Amino acid sequence: MTVLAATPVVVPLATTVLTTLACRRPRLQAAISSAGIGGLLLCALALVALATSDTPADVAFGNWAAPFGIQFRVDRTGAALVLITALMGCASLLFLASDADAGTPHPFRLPLLHGLLAGVGGAFATADLFNLYVWFEVMLICTLGLFAIGARIDQLDATFKYLVLNLVGTLLLLVAVGAVYGATGHLNYGALAQSARQLAPGLSVVLLAGLLLAFAIKAGAFPLYAWLPASYHTLPAPLLALFAGLLTKVGVYAVLRTLGDVFAPAPALLYEALGWVAAATMLFGVLGAAYHWDMRRILAFHIVSQIGYILLAIALGGAAGNAAALFYTVHHIIVKANLFLVAAMIWRLTGSYDLRRIGGLYAARPALMLLFLVPALSLVGVPPLSGFWSKLLVLQEALAQQRVVWTVVALAVSVLTLYSMMKIWMEAFWKPHPDARWRLPADTRLAPAWAASLALAGLTLAIGLNPQPLLDYARAAAATLGVAP
Amino acid sequence: MTLLFALTVWVTLSAGLYLALSRDLLRCVFGLAMLGGGANLLLLASGRLLSPQPAVVAAGEQALAAASNPLPQALVLTAIVIGFGLLCFSLVLLLRLIPAAGTDDVQALRQAEPPSPDPVKPALPQPGCEPPWPPELPR
Repeated sequence: MTVLAATPVVVPLATTVLTTLACRRPRLQAAISSAGIGGLLLCALALVALATSDTPADVAFGNWAAPFGIQFRVDRTGAALVLITALMGCASLLFLASDADAGTPHPFRLPLLHGLLAGVGGAFATADLFNLYVWFEVMLICTLGLFAIGARIDQLDATFKYLVLNLVGTLLLLVAVGAVYGATGHLNYGALAQSARQLAPGLSVVLLAGLLLAFAIKAGAFPLYAWLPASYHTLPAPLLALFAGLLTKVGVYAVLRTLGDVFAPAPALLYEALGWVAAATMLFGVLGAAYHWDMRRILAFHIVSQIGYILLAIALGGAAGNAAALFYTVHHIIVKANLFLVAAMIWRLTGSYDLRRIGGLYAARPALMLLFLVPALSLVGVPPLSGFWSKLLVLQEALAQQRVVWTVVALAVSVLTLYSMMKIWMEAFWKPHPDARWRLPADTRLAPAWAASLALAGLTLAIGLNPQPLLDYARAAAATLGVAP
Repeated sequence: MTLLFALTVWVTLSAGLYLALSRDLLRCVFGLAMLGGGANLLLLASGRLLSPQPAVVAAGEQALAAASNPLPQALVLTAIVIGFGLLCFSLVLLLRLIPAAGTDDVQALRQAEPPSPDPVKPALPQPGCEPPWPPELPR
């Protein structure tokens, strides 16, 4: 079943083409889109099954054997992330059917969304450095389309800033890939792992620093995250949840592939530098969040802050660090997307995203309050939710390596995260609505939104109450990283 | 010749960086395009430059001896196509953005992040920069 390795790209790309052809018939387009995401989900499940039985799906295109042809190889890490990508796609498409800030319909919205999924899937599936660059570009152009499609002035402004800062990142990536190829003569991950060992340490540091700098822009690491809080809050909620869940995590995955797998063990200087960058990312992200009052902007800064934890896990390295990074990524994608979805439901019921203009939902919608608490407390790391186990794994490894400063920063950032979540809770739920004439709007269509958000909250609870399966999976995945095939 | 090539890359990249840092939107986009050109030249140099030999491995040999490596050329081709697409997109974006914003000065583009009159609190949402509530259309 080697052909399965290509499905993370082929299925969404085929859906993109078909939904583009059906762009004049919205119902048909929606049906194709649902079928496409369902197909992707099934393929992702099959990929996970193959990866767990230690026969990862593997294909080299055009009958050129591995180091020469472009290879796709979906190991446990890739398969888990492809599965979570498909799940996020499902949640986002389901949420589009609600009226909670779902954006205005546009004939090319669904094709672009599936194109984005193809880019993300390709980045997780490929085993070729230049191919990874191409998938970053596919993601970039699709996200730009989705940003600009609303054509509101703030969205156009955000598109431009997103374009400029991310383009610099992809150009850096291109240069770094070229330099790696010039020094090693390879682009395939397996071949790179072999030939990178013969590089001089100094050269290796320079090459990897170039790659990591480019990935750090994509991941939104300190101090290169400015593009993220400048643009994300202009998106409609389902797209925002999808972007928040997936885009930066592709950058993080690329860092994990580089430092944890292909070039592992890299020079110690790089892990050390990444650790400090991770600590700064956590801290500055959460400080940005503490300043803001718009829920979307608060949550956008929390993406940055949480990226810091995952980068810290990668910087700690080794099997334990890599397993923690994978566990954290899966938990974080689910929780982060869900928070944006709940924020959109709050918007639909109260009329604004700004916390100074809303309130009163504790009495009016207690169920929504409980639903908000699941991802919010999970983001903070309150037991027994998934965030607790993720942070426990990272901090255990940090203390085992006697990284006291990083541990203290991580714990302090958790407290600030709690502050920020409680700010949303107090303002949106607990305090009365500032407008005394405010009543719950009657004609809302929130059922699809509830379904999507409840499903994600259920996943968070499931991981939280029974973390062992995911933990075992992450440990098995980490055991295959850094071991050249 | 290598030095001349390195000088060319340097000039392209620095001119691109200069333009990309400009406050003028159009210059900024052209600067990014030039930076892309510089990156492509760098990528091209990771194969061999200026070899007149065809890129064919001779019979009995295992590797290309003195000919330029065609793979970076193929990679550059890919990168050029992608860069051209992005350049077209950004020009069209500017055609929409500049009339809508009424300015081509980057520092005046504050619609997504409006400046705050309050020294400690961020600005309230601006009219026209928020999704309409209640949502207009029952689809």
